[in-house]
Amino acid sequence: MVDLTHGGDGHAAGHAGELELYHPTSWVTKYVFSQDAKVIAIQYGTTAMAIGLVALVLSWLMRIQLAYPGALPFIDADRYYQFITMHGMIMVVYLLTAVFLGGFGNYLIPLMLGARDMMFPYLNMLSYWIYLLAVLVLAAGFFVPGGPTGAGWTLYPPQAILANTPGQQWGIIIMLVSLMLFIIGFTMGGLNYVVTVLQGRTKGMTLMRMPLTVWGIFTATVMALLAFPALFVGAVMMLFDRLFGTSFFMPSIIAMGEPLDTAGGSPILFQHLFWFFGHPEVYIVALPAFGIVSDLISTHARKNIFGYRMMVWAIVIIGALSFVVWAHHMYVSGMNPGFGFFFATTTLIIAVPTALKVYNWVLTLWRGDIHFTVPMLFALGFIVTFVNGGLTGLFLGNVVVDVPLSDTMFVVAHFHMVMGVAPILVIFGAIYHWYPKMTGRMLNDAMGKIHFWVTFLGAYAVFFPMHYLGLLGVPRRYFESGDISFVPPSAHTLNEFMTIAALIVGAAQMLFLFNLVWSLRHGKPSGGNPWGATTLEWQTPETPPPHGNWGAERPVVYRWAYDYSVPGMAKDFLAQNDPGPGAAAAAPVGEGAR
Amino acid sequence: MLIAIILALVVAGSILFHVLSPWWFTPIASNWGYIDDTINLTFWITGAVFAAVVLFMAYCVWRFRHRPGHRAAYEPENKRLETWLAVVTGVGVAAMLAPGLVVWGQYITVPAGAASVEVVGQQWQWAYRLPGKDGRLGVADTRAVSAENPIGIDPNDPAGQDDIVVQGGEIHLPVGKPVALLLRSVDAVHNFFVPEFRAKMDMIPGSVTYYWVTPTRTGTFEVLCAELCGVGHPYMRGTVVVEAEADYQAWLDQQQTFKQLTTPATTSALETRAGARPPL
Repeated sequence: MVDLTHGGDGHAAGHAGELELYHPTSWVTKYVFSQDAKVIAIQYGTTAMAIGLVALVLSWLMRIQLAYPGALPFIDADRYYQFITMHGMIMVVYLLTAVFLGGFGNYLIPLMLGARDMMFPYLNMLSYWIYLLAVLVLAAGFFVPGGPTGAGWTLYPPQAILANTPGQQWGIIIMLVSLMLFIIGFTMGGLNYVVTVLQGRTKGMTLMRMPLTVWGIFTATVMALLAFPALFVGAVMMLFDRLFGTSFFMPSIIAMGEPLDTAGGSPILFQHLFWFFGHPEVYIVALPAFGIVSDLISTHARKNIFGYRMMVWAIVIIGALSFVVWAHHMYVSGMNPGFGFFFATTTLIIAVPTALKVYNWVLTLWRGDIHFTVPMLFALGFIVTFVNGGLTGLFLGNVVVDVPLSDTMFVVAHFHMVMGVAPILVIFGAIYHWYPKMTGRMLNDAMGKIHFWVTFLGAYAVFFPMHYLGLLGVPRRYFESGDISFVPPSAHTLNEFMTIAALIVGAAQMLFLFNLVWSLRHGKPSGGNPWGATTLEWQTPETPPPHGNWGAERPVVYRWAYDYSVPGMAKDFLAQNDPGPGAAAAAPVGEGAR
Repeated sequence: MLIAIILALVVAGSILFHVLSPWWFTPIASNWGYIDDTINLTFWITGAVFAAVVLFMAYCVWRFRHRPGHRAAYEPENKRLETWLAVVTGVGVAAMLAPGLVVWGQYITVPAGAASVEVVGQQWQWAYRLPGKDGRLGVADTRAVSAENPIGIDPNDPAGQDDIVVQGGEIHLPVGKPVALLLRSVDAVHNFFVPEFRAKMDMIPGSVTYYWVTPTRTGTFEVLCAELCGVGHPYMRGTVVVEAEADYQAWLDQQQTFKQLTTPATTSALETRAGARPPL
């Protein structure tokens, strides 16, 4: 394997070539307009969690409406569709994408690679502030005349800009502008992550020695840089259709008896643009989760990740394949039906590398020394929900099976399990895992375990039964479904059960938030490396790491990230910057050794 | 130990739920039993994989839990095992994909001799059109829609004059005969979904999409819109009545043609006057 570290010694610690860091001089430049990736990471994380709370409350309101129609009189059909739209968009873009890439990406990439910061710290700062602006613009949708758009998070035209769709007046404009801002901000951050991974690694940190967390975030960022532009142009075109009367997506239309002044546009064109972004987006969320969960499992099972090289290649192959599967969201969209053969085949092929990742996680547990820490519990919960949600993807990906299930509650259950619950369990596990590094204190264990069991079992109880409503034929996005002829009263009871479970799961998140704040002051001091982990972020001279991360000397890497329980060693882990007992120890998988 | 038990209970609970669930497919009323078969096959394969993976994990969690003095094994890779797993997974995936593609080929190929029924969606109701005596549907265009011509049949196309226009959301179909549903919308994207038929397709303004079914039993079935089309989406319902040929003919005889609909009653006596069409 070629050693891709730059020059080997050119940028080594203390040498003249090292990047000159910007040093903050005041409280404002240190904590507000900070250029330190760690501060930016926490800013991203807290902003995303704040807007995520809005999405959580919206989900409660929707669940209450579905189980007890009319119980909350302020929820009419207009509001319901506005809630659905905002919940979906917030969760997918403003929470999940932002937390994994802006949050964990910023915190972990420089630390795990032995860098002092991102390569472009000023751009990195701008990235966050534009993201914040995007979030504020999005939230402003709740306060403009007519409220936010109720077009569904997929924003399909023509409906999204027809006069009788809620939020047609202002909401849709706000949504499109906010998305464009988000993409601009993300591009600034994303270029940073990619360049830092390629150029900022410390001496000895070859690509094939990087922790899988970095591989996941890196690949997802490359994908996002390629996928988001499709959404961007779609948003620009729809904005033109809405504001300037163009017809990119608008054919001849008779809306409520009145002919519109549009002709010749293609509604399906938008769907292609949307899903060309939208499907990679699933993996933009999933790949960082894959990477992080690999490191959680390895660390807490005290065992090297099984099949590291295959794990890396699986991440890269999934990333590449995810650009040729987008139209599996469109099997019944009215596109040329012949496309179904191609997209069903590519979609099911992607199941193979994904399954291999699952096997490797479980095989990492095999013959391990499993510590049931809170991060490990969340990792186990992730495997269960991800396997469940991934397998139902084989139904929906297999074109003809998708026909009866598409647009039903089966789809809602599937994507919540696979890209809602599963990645969010990883986010929680990761926060429990890295909080000690961020704050120097452990999160409370008892609260963490309650949080895990309620969230895992509760979310499973919400979304597993939901598949069966879809099999029955209950369509998604129905404001109420009680009067459908084939829906038995028992389905209503099931709806009530799911709603109660959802309310309990939501309440458990309050305990988590309390734990985050309470442990800041009262948590057990953690020391620098409470889990006995090998990766570089745990080897910083100070915890939490100060500006510049490494003191006088950047670490030098001698081995891969997974030297746990190496035979013949007294300790059950060897840090990546540990030269080892016989100082010139070769790297265990025979790569990059010099 | 407790964790392993809970994981095993999640598997057992999921399987029990699946077996005991009263929420299942509506009784099928079309030729698309193949789709149900493929779904059932997929349930078997994926269910087995889910149970195997999670139960194996539960076993590992119990067997390899941390105990004093216990130490993990060190095994970075195992090429044989990884290859073996990749091959088995590939075979399982192919076993689901192959029948799926074959049935998809049938789904998109309308059999020769299928009758045509046009379905037109507009916020938030359904209308239908059947070919008249000439056996063909006239040209239609959204721009021709008016109060008298709600589904936009081109008044200048002679082939459209005898088309039968059905409003009010209820369509009748003869049992046992393949029918191609030609789908059209004049405003938002809709989707003509009859759960008992197992078939659906979006209807896009500006183009005609399609699918076909052969209704296999008589009865009255609810039509649902399955693509979000605005606030009235959940109320966009219709009815399909599948009945024996004689009943179907009786129903058909009561329907009006486009010409009858657009010709004011007072002038209908003058219909014999060749070529005199009321201006639209």
